[in-house]
Amino acid sequence: MQRRACALAILATGFMANPAWAYTVYVSNEKDNTVTVVDTATMQVVKTVEVGQRPRGITISHDGKFIYLCASDDDTIEIIDTATLQIVGTLPSGPDPELFVLSPDGKTLYVANEDDNLVTAINIESKQVMAEIPVGVEPEGMAVSPDGKTMVNTSETTSMAHFIDTDSHEVTDNVLVDTRPRFAQFKPDGSQIWVSAEIGGTVSVIDSFKREVVKKIQFAIAGLRPETIQPVGIAISADGKKAYVALGPANHVAVINTETYEVEKYILVGQRVWHLDFTPDQKTLITTNGNSNDITFIDTATDEPVQSVTVGQQPWGVAISPH
Amino acid sequence: MTSAVPGTLAAFLCLFFQTANVTDVMAQEATDKQPVATDRPQKIAEIRIGYLRAYAPQLALSLLDLPPRDEGVAGANVAIGDNNTTGKFLSQKFSLDITEVKPDADAAQAFNELIAKGDRYVVADLSVRQLLSIADIARDKGVLVFNVGATDDSLREEDCRINIFHVAPTRSMLADALAQYLVVKKWPNWVLLYGSHERDHLYAAALRRAAARFGGQIVAEKEFKDTGTARRTDTGATQIQQQISVFTQDLPEHDVVLVADESEVFGTYVPYRTWTPRLVAGTAGLVASSWHPASEQWGGIQMQSRFLRTTGRRMLSKDMSAWTAVRAVGEASTRTNGDDPKKISDYIRSDDFSVAAFKGQKLTFRKWNHQLRQPILLGDTESVVSTSPQEGYLHQISELDTLGVDQPETKCVLK
Repeated sequence: MQRRACALAILATGFMANPAWAYTVYVSNEKDNTVTVVDTATMQVVKTVEVGQRPRGITISHDGKFIYLCASDDDTIEIIDTATLQIVGTLPSGPDPELFVLSPDGKTLYVANEDDNLVTAINIESKQVMAEIPVGVEPEGMAVSPDGKTMVNTSETTSMAHFIDTDSHEVTDNVLVDTRPRFAQFKPDGSQIWVSAEIGGTVSVIDSFKREVVKKIQFAIAGLRPETIQPVGIAISADGKKAYVALGPANHVAVINTETYEVEKYILVGQRVWHLDFTPDQKTLITTNGNSNDITFIDTATDEPVQSVTVGQQPWGVAISPH
Repeated sequence: MTSAVPGTLAAFLCLFFQTANVTDVMAQEATDKQPVATDRPQKIAEIRIGYLRAYAPQLALSLLDLPPRDEGVAGANVAIGDNNTTGKFLSQKFSLDITEVKPDADAAQAFNELIAKGDRYVVADLSVRQLLSIADIARDKGVLVFNVGATDDSLREEDCRINIFHVAPTRSMLADALAQYLVVKKWPNWVLLYGSHERDHLYAAALRRAAARFGGQIVAEKEFKDTGTARRTDTGATQIQQQISVFTQDLPEHDVVLVADESEVFGTYVPYRTWTPRLVAGTAGLVASSWHPASEQWGGIQMQSRFLRTTGRRMLSKDMSAWTAVRAVGEASTRTNGDDPKKISDYIRSDDFSVAAFKGQKLTFRKWNHQLRQPILLGDTESVVSTSPQEGYLHQISELDTLGVDQPETKCVLK
């Protein structure tokens, strides 16, 4: 995915000369069955799109042409054309899709089916299910290595990160982490996978090669009860130096130095911060704040919140256009 | 592309591109290598869990409240399934041995039979007397008992035992959860209507204690005598309507009617039939419990749909307690990676132990009396109204310890 971004970046310098760092942000709103479209330059809502029921996981094709959206209560994945903002198709996700990840070549979606203890691999072009892989109880977090060869799924009640070979679709390793792992994120160089544990209150750093936990990161915010600190979304900067972790009902995002594993800062955002992502230029991080119905723009140079923008009810996931 | 990318960024990304390629090769080598675990088949560790329950058909005032035949057991079975899904990655297999005795029967014999089968963990849905009759055997044989039925505070206080862990909340936890909410809502004046059986008296006592603790005022109390009438008659509704109205006629001004009727003699009839229009809470109206069949917060919807799909009915509090008990054993087996009862038991007793049960935070056992700390749900027949502890009730160790008897007050000496 990063390589794709690189190629696009080079192309862009060649023939694009539009002003001002404008990306388009797509936010899934779990409660009111919409996707809010926000422009990063103006930080204004551009449009609200009606989608299927209980939209959660959201991602964008590497060329930026299509949004893929888990409509959890409709048991389907919707495809939205970003040019027209119309739903142009669906993918067979299996029941209750929550989170998914797109393969680096853009051809396969790996979907966590929470209700069935399965990970489903879907070929996007043929819209066919290629494999159903049994994993632990309540699969949720999904990540794929930069080379596309390894997929990692976390299962919430089993408390494991399952390593899956994307050729054979077999589980090859299981790494125990803390309670209710919600999200998995590879470092851009593929050397580590970071896994958040919502109830355990930690982030486990797993070595990709040894397949074992090499570091457990803990959090503490003055004046907050430890049980309110519930790590969920993770975003790691493209240079691999900083990791941002959304801490759920603690209403803060932790900024972690990936070399020392020290938390260098806690950024106050909205209520129950769930997921987050960078703009392609890495200058801005955008968080979804489920209980305050807004998203927060964070300046990654200063790690200060810049602006909050009201979106729909209970914003859940965020996807940002690659250009 | 709607933005111009400066050359420096493109250059940076290209540098990154190269780095990514190098590690791709490394990742390939790593995945090509066969993982050690699959090289040799591991011996399957068998972990047997017993389920000992006192059962007799029960009556209820409402058909909706008749307990399903497999109440509790169904939760344990779903948890066995969950444990086995996890267990397949660790070569662990869990099974459940279910034994039923009559509510007044000797439980010790049935308990010994479970131990003879190899069960080192027993989920118990028994009376206080029955639980105490197996406590010493459990201690001597190194068996952990998980109480999922008895809410009696005495079992966590003067009659606490070293090998009994309590997953069911106590009456005092339930009453405190309710009282916190009523006080937060600024509905502090209560009348207390309680039944004439022992357990009704115990629940009434818990409500009185909660009132004193959280600033509620019980302005009047009344006992509803059980005169032995049948719970079901074809034309009873007209009489009940008048009966409850008259029963509540002479009460002083109040905000809330508290009902303590665990015995199902009159409580269900109180809402909507009182002399003055007042809210009802306790064992009727707004009810405090460890689970609610409509709770879907904190990932609960997954539990609810899994339970419904497996059992064909909705999940009740006892199902959740039994699920949590079996999961506690599963969690300890996962973390200790084996089937050694000593290690599993030590882990459950350790500071590291916690279990997740769709209540928004980790649940742990109180060290001083083995009671599971847990948020308490307040709900009516349709939905969850609130969850206690309420915001603002602070505690130096865990806010969950604002519910029930706290360490400084405990009479428990584990033995």
